[in-house]
Order: sequence, then C-alpha cells, then structure tokens
Amino acid sequence: MRLSTATREAIEGYLYIAPWLVGFAVFAAGPMLASIYLSLTFYKIITPPDFVGLDNYIRMFQDDLFWKSLWNTVYYAAVFVPVSIAGSLCCALLLNQRILGRTIFRAIYFLPSITPIVATAFLWLWIFQPNVGLANYLLDLIGIEGPRWLDDIQWSKPSLIVISLWGAVGGGSMLIFLAGLQGIPIELYESAEIDGAGSQAKFWRITIPLLSPSMFFNLVLGLIGAMQMFTLAFVATSGAGQTRPAGGPAYSTLFYVLNLYNHAFDYWEMGYASALAWFFFLILVLLTYWQLRLSRSWVYYEFDQGERW
Amino acid sequence: MPSHGRVRLQQALLQAPTYLVVLVLGVAFGLPFLWAVLTSLKLPREIFLFPPTWLPEDPQWFNYVEVFRQAPLALFFWNSLKVTVLTGIGQILSASLVAYGFARFRFPGRNILFLIMLSTLMLPPQITIIPTFLLFKWLGWLDQLRSLYIPPWFGGGAFAIFLFRQFFLTIPREFDEAAKIDGANSLWIYFRILCPLSVPVFVTMGIFSFLGSWNDFFGPLIFLNTTAKFTLALGLTYFQRVVSIGGRATEHLMMAAAIIMTLPCLLVFVLLQRYWIQGIVMSGIKG
Repeated sequence: MRLSTATREAIEGYLYIAPWLVGFAVFAAGPMLASIYLSLTFYKIITPPDFVGLDNYIRMFQDDLFWKSLWNTVYYAAVFVPVSIAGSLCCALLLNQRILGRTIFRAIYFLPSITPIVATAFLWLWIFQPNVGLANYLLDLIGIEGPRWLDDIQWSKPSLIVISLWGAVGGGSMLIFLAGLQGIPIELYESAEIDGAGSQAKFWRITIPLLSPSMFFNLVLGLIGAMQMFTLAFVATSGAGQTRPAGGPAYSTLFYVLNLYNHAFDYWEMGYASALAWFFFLILVLLTYWQLRLSRSWVYYEFDQGERW
Repeated sequence: MPSHGRVRLQQALLQAPTYLVVLVLGVAFGLPFLWAVLTSLKLPREIFLFPPTWLPEDPQWFNYVEVFRQAPLALFFWNSLKVTVLTGIGQILSASLVAYGFARFRFPGRNILFLIMLSTLMLPPQITIIPTFLLFKWLGWLDQLRSLYIPPWFGGGAFAIFLFRQFFLTIPREFDEAAKIDGANSLWIYFRILCPLSVPVFVTMGIFSFLGSWNDFFGPLIFLNTTAKFTLALGLTYFQRVVSIGGRATEHLMMAAAIIMTLPCLLVFVLLQRYWIQGIVMSGIKG
C-alpha cells in the first residue's frame, strides 16, 4: 500500500511530537485530572482515597494558616515584583550609558543571578546573622542598631525580599531591558530633541513606551515566579542547623507553596494538599488573565501583535 | 592627543554621579559573594569576632578539603552531575525533535496541539507534584535519581520546544526541499541540515537545562530520601544540619560548600557568556 505524501507527512509529524504527547499525558494532563479527584478525597496514603466532596475546600477557607500563607505570598509578591522591575530598569539604564568598565559591571551585577538559590540562602543567612553578621556590622558603623532579620517576625519577610532582590535585579530582566534599550532607534531621540523635548520628556514619552513589552514580559514572569516562592524560604528559615520548621518565626514566612508542601509531604494529607494546589492554580490563571487584559491599555507594540507568531 | 585626553577627562567628570551609583550597586551585588569567599578561608575562631575582620589571618585553603570530609559532598556532586547530564541530553534531544515536528510537518490538529503545548508553560509544578509523586511511588522510582532525569526525555518542557521551534522557523525551507529531492529522509535532514545550523540555540538550551537541574531543589526534596542519593542542592541543606551539630563555628565550611556549588555555574557563565545572554534576550523578545 502506498500512502499519499500528505498522509506520510502527517504520520511523520505525529511521530516527532510523540515524546511530548506521551509526556503531556503522563506528566501534565493525567496528574491534573488526578489531582481534581484527589482534592475531593481524604487520602493519607496508607489507606485508599475516601471521597469527601468539597470538605477539603471548606476546610481550606476556614484554616487560619491558609489565609496566613496567602497573605505572606501576596505581601512578598506585591513588594518584590515592582521593586525588582524598577531596579532592573535602573540598572539597565545605567549600564546602557557609555561608561568605562561596562562589561565588568554587567558581569558583577549578573553574578548573583548565577548563584544557585541554595547557595544564595547560605550566603545571606551568614550576612543576616543577628550578632556578628556583616549586615548588622555595617549598620553598626553608621550608628544603627540592626534588627534580628530572619529571626524577627517584623523583618523576616523584608529580609527574604532583600535576598530575592539581590538575586534578581541584575539578572535576566536587566538583560532584557538592556536589549530593549539598545533596540530603540536613536533617530527617535534626535527628532524629539529637534522638537525641543527635554530628557524627562524623552524618558517618559519614548523610552518607557518602547520598553513596555519588555516590562510586561518581566512582570508576568516575575509575578508567577514570586507567587511560587519556595526554595529560598525553605532553606533560609529552616536553616543554620537550628532544627526549626520552615516558615518561621511564627509562620511569618509560611508562603503558599510552603504550606502546600507541609500538608502534602510532612503530614501526608494528599487530599487537602491537592485542594490547595488547585486553588493555587486558579489564582495563577486569574492573575495571568487579568494582566493580559490590563496589558492592552499600557503595553505598546510597534508592530501588529499578529506578526509575532 | 593631549586635548583629546582632556575631553575624555571632562566627560568622565560630568559622569561622576553615574559612576558613583554604578559603583555602589556593584558593591551591593558583589560584596555578599566576596564576603562568602573571605569567610570560607578563615579559621573557626575568626568567624565570630566582632567587629569582624575583613581578611583571613592566614587563608585556610584546607577548608575546601575539610568540607568533603564532613559530608559526602563528592557523592552529592556526582549525583548532581549525573542528573544534570542525563537531563540535558534528554531535554535537548526530545525538545528539538518535537520542535522539528511542529516546525516542519503539517498534520491535523497541529495548531491546537501547539497551543496546548504553550499553555503548559503556565502550569506550575506544584499543581502536578502530588499525583506525580504517587505515580513514581507506584513505579518504584521514589528515592531514585531517575525520577529526576527521565521525565525531561518526554518533550523537555514547553519553553525548550518553543525556543527550538522559533529558531527552526528562521531556517529557510528550501534547504530541506533540496535535500529531499536528493532522497534524504526527514531524520537525515534534522541531523545534517537543521542541527548544524542551530548550534547557538542548542548551546543556549544546554545552558538553561544545566542551570535548571543543577539548581533544582523542589524535585530532589520531594523524590529523594536517602543521603546517598542526594543531589548537591539538597545535600547542602543536609550538610548544614550535620556540621552544625555540637555548636562549633561552621560558617567557613558552609560558605566553602556554597561556593563549591556555585563554581560550575560560574564556569559555564565565563565560557559561554555570549550564548547565555543571547538566550535570555531571545526568550524575552520572542516570549
């Protein structure tokens, strides 16, 4: 039997994407469906899942720690994301100027983002050491008595934000802004100057609108990443050998995924944790959808969006 | 020439505030790392001095050996290497082949499948982790390194597929057609025409893949149990627990361990900086 060229091409195409099709079924679609079912059950691994309807979701909304973890996560994301984007933009603007040693500075700024998160947590646990740490020593030099950083309920979240900023500001988003800046035609600035525009006007009327696609990209990715905060908090707060549970002190750094992890892999409450996971997924989808909607009013594309595909 | 030099000096003076800010930021980004390096070379009794001393009295390079004695760090390193290499090969091979399928073949449902594939970019790993854990338990993959390096062989993730596909689309189809007329089959075209022309994107994806599995903490934390199986990321937290028993000063060792874990990333950056930066920019613009 001879197959037509089109059929042959289709069969070959399916064969090439087959690994992904299998992976999608086994590692994405299957688990997602399974976790819907699990979220409706009481399941502690040792006994088979027991269908309980919406009990897990009801329990979730009555659970103080759930609200606490949601609040901690929102707090973290709401501070970290805007500050890191503004910081990255400032760094990119600085490094876009003609200065000596630009490549060296770019490498130094980039260095923290190369450092693995676990190593970053180690570095900062030591710097934020309350008694002899570098941070409090430097503050001491200018006459300020430093806080107890990660050990202090008031300061634990800001400390984690500082650490995250260190690892993020000079990294990928700065590079994306730099590329965006270098893509702005100089003629635009020149003709604006002829029209008598000052540097303020040039910045707000040319630079910012033309960078808005990069900003949008960094915003969407940054927000999704920030909501998923886990490793840094886990290592830094269970850390330094004090065998204390992650998320402390007093649950002040219990982020959403940390809470989910505790329920799933510490208390083995797979049903309840699946409900947490599904609610989390819903939040992320809504957040992304909302950003896409908002983006229409502030993101400026030089070309038709259709062309991007 | 002297007048030229004076102009440059004048320019530099005008830029003085800029330089000041650039320098301050440079210190903010660089100092924590420098501090870790200095600490890693100190003696235990120097650690808790207050005010702290900047330079170690007598640089203790031996600390970097001591680290390997305190915990099976070499074994963790080996496990990480194994996972990283096997993940890298699987991810790059499968993602590029899948991308080839999407970029070069027409088949029913291609566009909708591609959109579904892209939408998994948004899928946080936390949503699938519990059923995946149960699946691996059933398969007997728990506490096995294969739980980390086998899944990437199935498509290698939406981001990788997308990056490869975008790159393949920029290669003129005429090259394929010419080879086809000469009787080449599609696999030959992939290996002999597309791959050689796509070296940059392969290198870029290699870097991303390396970073992803080298730094991964969530996966090993959930799937691995016994110390002998730990990767470096997980092993470091184990190390942290073990060395601090007894309350001695251990920060010099912890800093040494953190630096050891960072060194391969630094090495990759120094060697492949160009591809690394290009990759980030490429994903930022096309994403």
